[in-house]
Amino acid sequence: MLKILEGSRAIAETINACKPGVISAYPITPQTHIVEELAKMKADGEAGYEYIRAESEFAAASIVLGSLATGIRSYTATSSQGLLLMTEVIYNIAGMRLPLVMTCANRAVSAPINIWNDQQDAVTMRDSGWLLWFGETNQEVCDLHILAYKIAEKLQLPVMVNLDGFILTHVVEPVAVETTEKIKKFLPAYQPTEILDVNNPLTLGAFATPTHYFEIREELHDDIVASKAVMKKEMADFKKIFSRDLALVEYYGDKKAETVLVAMGSVLGTIKDAVDEIQENNKTKKQKNKIGVLKIVSLRPWPEEEILTALKDAKNIAVIDKSISLGTEGILATEIKRTIGDSKNITSFIVGLGGRDVTKEMIKHIYKLADKNQEKAVFVSK
Amino acid sequence: MVEIRIHGRGGQGSVTAAELVASAAFYDGQYSQGFPNFGVERRGAPVTAFVRIDDKFIRLRSQVYEPDYLIIQDPGLLENVDVFEGVKKEAVALINSEKPASEFKAPKGLKIKTIPATKLALKIIGQPIINTILLGAFAGLTGLIKLASVERAIKERFGDEEIIRKNIEAAKRGFELVKK
Repeated sequence: MLKILEGSRAIAETINACKPGVISAYPITPQTHIVEELAKMKADGEAGYEYIRAESEFAAASIVLGSLATGIRSYTATSSQGLLLMTEVIYNIAGMRLPLVMTCANRAVSAPINIWNDQQDAVTMRDSGWLLWFGETNQEVCDLHILAYKIAEKLQLPVMVNLDGFILTHVVEPVAVETTEKIKKFLPAYQPTEILDVNNPLTLGAFATPTHYFEIREELHDDIVASKAVMKKEMADFKKIFSRDLALVEYYGDKKAETVLVAMGSVLGTIKDAVDEIQENNKTKKQKNKIGVLKIVSLRPWPEEEILTALKDAKNIAVIDKSISLGTEGILATEIKRTIGDSKNITSFIVGLGGRDVTKEMIKHIYKLADKNQEKAVFVSK
Repeated sequence: MVEIRIHGRGGQGSVTAAELVASAAFYDGQYSQGFPNFGVERRGAPVTAFVRIDDKFIRLRSQVYEPDYLIIQDPGLLENVDVFEGVKKEAVALINSEKPASEFKAPKGLKIKTIPATKLALKIIGQPIINTILLGAFAGLTGLIKLASVERAIKERFGDEEIIRKNIEAAKRGFELVKK
C-alpha cells in the first residue's frame, strides 16, 4: 500500500518486514532516524529481532559479523565516519563471505567535519568485496534492501544499500512499504551452510598462507563478477511479485542521444527533470541535439556490458560524481572511462560535495560543457 | 508543480509543518514531497522547510528557490532573513503576525495574509505551538489542501489523543479565520 512517510521510516519498516534476527548499530547523522525507528519498533513489541546497542560503529559491525557467523540474518546501518570506523570489519565480513545487509546514509567525510550528503563514504569501500548499490528514490532504496537479502544470502556476499543522506533519509514522500507476507514469497528464511556452532566446532576467517590466500581472493572476485547474472534473474522475479522494476542500470531519454549524463543516487531525479527541459528547449529552437541519462544502480558488481550497450551511440559522456579520488577525478568517471576507453569524449564533473545543493541549472550548465573535451575534473559548485 | 517554503525557528515545528502539508496533499490524492533545509538544528535558529505538490511523482531533489507559497511562522525572521527571496510573481505569503498585511514590505505582486497564530495557539493549545493553526489557515487561504486531509495528517502524525484534539481544533480555527 502506498503510504506517505519519511525515507528512514520506510527503510526501517522494510527491514523489520525482512525479519532479521539481530540488529546492531551506533547512531550517526544522517542514518540516525533509521536505527531509532528500528529500536522503537523493538521497544514497542512490534519486532522479533534482538536490538544490540553498541559502543561504536566498530563494535556494531563486529556484533553483526558475529551474529551472521552463527547463521542469523542481521542488519546494521551507518554513515560517513561511522563507515570509516567499521572499515576493518567491512573487509572481514566480505572475506568471511557473510551475507550482511547494511544501509549507508551517504554523507561527506571529515575533515572539515560536515554532516551533509555526498557519496565519498561509500565509494571508499569500493574495493572491499561488498556489493554496492545506490537508490534514486526511497521506493527504490526499500526495494533494493529486499533484493539485497536475497542476493547476499544466495551468494554469501555482503550488500551495502546506499541512499543520499538527508535528501532521501529525511524526505517525506510516497513509498509502498511491503509486508512480511509478500516479502516471504520472494525471500525465503536464511539457510546458512557453515556456522559457528559449539556442537560442531569450526573456524571462520582463519589464517590463509600464500598457498591458499591468492585463490580465495580470486574466487571472491569471480563471485562478484558472476553476481550480476544472479541479480538480473532475481530482479525479474522481484518484478513478478512486487510489480516494480529494478535494474543494474537504467536509461532515460532519447535512445540515440549524442550527449549522455551518467550518475548515481538521488541526483538522478533532478537530472531527469533538467534533461526534459533541455530537450524541450532544443525542440523549440529546432536544434536536433538529443540527450539521455544513464543511471548506475550497481557500482559493484559493475554492469560493464549494460553500460557499453547504453553508451554505444553517445559522443559526449558527462559523468556526474558526488565523490572524488582526490588528485584524479570522480570515482564513477574513472569506472566509465575504463569501460568505454578513448573512443568517446568523457568528462568528469564533481557536484554536491558536503551537501552543496545540486540544481537543474547546474545540470544544464554541465550539459553545455559536455562537448568541450576537458581532460581534468570539472567542479560545478553553483 | 507547486512549491512551498516554510520559514520558522528551531523548535517551532517548521519541519513537522512541511511533513503535514505533504501528507495532507497525499491524502488529497496528489503526489508530494516534504523536507527540511538540513542544518544543525538548534532551538531558536532560523529554519526552513520545503514542500512540493504535483499530480505525478516528484523527482526534483533540489531545495526550493522560487516558491509559489510562503509560510512564515515568526515575523521576527523578516529582520535578519530575506524570506521573500526568489518568490514567484503573484506568490502568496501567510505570516504569523498580529499586524495587518499592509505593514509588511513585500515584493510587488506578492499577496500577504496575516493571522495572529501565536495568540490563538496560547488560547487553544496552551503553548505557542503555531504550525497547525497556520496549516489550517493555509488550507483555507490557498485551497491547495483540504482541511479534512490536514486533520487526517495530524491524526497520523501524533499519538496522544489530547494533542490530536487540540491540534485539530487549532487547524479548524486557522481555516475559519481566513475563510471569514
